[in-house]
Amino acid sequence: MDDELAIAVRGLRKAYGDNVAVAGVDLDVRRGEVFALLGPNGAGKTTTVEILEGYRRRDAGEVRVLGSDPAAPAADWRSRVGIVLQGTGEFDELTVGEVVRHFAGFYPDADDPAKVIERVGLGGKARARTHTLSGGQKRRLDVALGIVGRPELLFLDEPTTGFDPEARREFWELIRDLAAAGTTIVLTTHYLDEAEELADRVGVIAGGRLVEVATPAQLGNRQAALATVSWRTPEGVVESAQSATPTALVAELAGRFGGEVPGLTVTRPTLEDVYLTMIGHR
Amino acid sequence: MTTTTKPAAPLAATAARRVGPVALGLRQGRLEITQFLRSRESVVFTMGFPVIMILIFAAIFNDEIAPGVSYTQYFITGMIATGLMTVSFQNLGIWIPIERDRGVLKRYRGTPMPKWVYFAGKVIMVVAIGVVETVLLLAVSAAFFDLGLPATAGRWLTFAWVAVLGVTACTLCGIAISSLARTARSGSAVVTPLALVLQFISGVFFVFTELPTWMQQVAALFPLKWMCQGLRSVFLPESFGAQEAGGSFELGRVALVLGAWCVIGLLLCLTTFRWTTRRDG
Repeated sequence: MDDELAIAVRGLRKAYGDNVAVAGVDLDVRRGEVFALLGPNGAGKTTTVEILEGYRRRDAGEVRVLGSDPAAPAADWRSRVGIVLQGTGEFDELTVGEVVRHFAGFYPDADDPAKVIERVGLGGKARARTHTLSGGQKRRLDVALGIVGRPELLFLDEPTTGFDPEARREFWELIRDLAAAGTTIVLTTHYLDEAEELADRVGVIAGGRLVEVATPAQLGNRQAALATVSWRTPEGVVESAQSATPTALVAELAGRFGGEVPGLTVTRPTLEDVYLTMIGHR
Repeated sequence: MTTTTKPAAPLAATAARRVGPVALGLRQGRLEITQFLRSRESVVFTMGFPVIMILIFAAIFNDEIAPGVSYTQYFITGMIATGLMTVSFQNLGIWIPIERDRGVLKRYRGTPMPKWVYFAGKVIMVVAIGVVETVLLLAVSAAFFDLGLPATAGRWLTFAWVAVLGVTACTLCGIAISSLARTARSGSAVVTPLALVLQFISGVFFVFTELPTWMQQVAALFPLKWMCQGLRSVFLPESFGAQEAGGSFELGRVALVLGAWCVIGLLLCLTTFRWTTRRDG
C-alpha cells in the first residue's frame, strides 16, 4: 500500500456474535493529517479504532497502520503509535511525574517527561498523586502518556470528555502543535465543534458503515445547501426564505426597508444539522 | 514519499536511550513496590495480618503439643508459610483483577513494553515484600516467643528452597486465578475464602495430624500444607518428624508437590491470562 498513507483500511468487518459492529469500512488517512471519526454510541467507532490500535481482531478486511498489520505488527510498531483510550488505567498510588517518567522508559525515543507534563497543562501537578486529580486533569495525564513516546500516529478516543471550555481550547492548541510537527492524528469525538475546529477531514460512521468522508466544510454538501434568510416585517412578524443567492435577497430586502433590515439573519446548516441528518436523527 | 518530521529531541534533558531488558524489569519492580507500599490496605493486610495473628494465637494457646515443641512454635511456622502465600497468591489474585478492571493492563499493552516485564515487576515485588515480611515474622517470633532460628546451614538451605518453590508456585497460581475474577471486586471474593480454607485445613491454625483424615487428604493436594510441613522441618526439632502424618517431614514429597504446582500454575498462566476485561472483548 501507499507510503503516504498512515492508515489504509479495506472492507473491514467485525461482529460480536450476531451483532455486526463494523460492516465493511474503507478508510484512508494520509500522513500528517488530522482525521476525526464521528458517530453515535454503538456505531462501530470504538471497535474500528481498537482494531487499528491492535487491541481487537478483525473478522475480515485489509488493515495497514504505518505499514504494518496491527494484528501482527513489526517490532518497532508499538513505539511509533500513541494511544489515548477512553479514560482508563489509573495509577492511584503514584504521582503524575512518576507515571509519565515510567512510561517514557518504554520508548526508544521518548520526549522529556517534564516537558510533556508541562505541555499537557499539568505543570503544577507533577508531584500530585494521580487520585487527587480532577476528571479533566486525569484526561490530560492520559494524553501525556499517549504522546510521551513521540508517536508518528496518535489515536485519541474522545479526548476532551470532562474538560471545561478553557481546557478544551488549550487541548485543541496542543493537538494543533502536534499536527504542525507532523504527527498524524485520528480522533473520535462527540463534539462537532471539536471536529470542525481540528480535523482536516471528518468521517461519519453509522450502523457500522462509513457514510461519508469529507472536509468539515463540505460534509453533507453543506456549502451547496440553501441558506436561510429571515427578517422581521414592520408588523413584527418573522419571515424567512430559503435561497441559493442570499446576498441578492439581502440586497433586495435592504432596498425594500430603505436601509437596515430588522432582525436579519443568514444561516446555513450547521455541521450538527448535517451530521444529525446523516445518522438518521433528522 | 513524505518524510515524517518528528519534533526535535530536547538537547540537554534526555539523550533518548532505550532502556535495556534488565533495567526494564527492575524499573517495573520498583514501580510495583512503590505502589504496594503506598497502598495502606495492602501493607496492613499483607504485612500486618500474620504478625497480629501470631500475637493473638500465642497469647491464647500455650500448650506443649510434643516434647520440646509448643503450639506457638508450630503455629509460627504455619504463619510464615501463610505470609509467603499471602504476599504472592492473595496479593496477585486480588490486585491483578483490579488493574485489569481499571484498564492498567490495557494501557501497558498499548505501549512497546514487552509482556514479560509486567510479570517480572510483580515477581520482584512479591520477592521483596516476602523477604521483608518473613524477616519481620522471624524477628517478632525470636524476640517474644523463643523461636529458635535454624541452627545449621542445612536447615537454612531447606528454608531457602521451600520458600522459593512455595512462593514460585503461589505466584504463578495467583496470576492464574486472577483471570477467574470478572471485576475488580470479585478478585478478593474468589481468593480470600480459598486462602482462608487452605489455612484451616493445612495445619496453620490446628495441628495437622489432629484434623479428620479426609481433610488432610484434601489439604495434601494443595501447596500450603507442604510449605508448612517443609518449614516445620526447619524450625522444629528433628524428633518431631515422627509426629507428622507421613511419619517424617517428607522433604522429597514437599519438593515434588510444590514443583508440580509450579508447572500447573505456569501452564494456567500461559493459557488463561487476559489483558482486558470480558466487556472489552
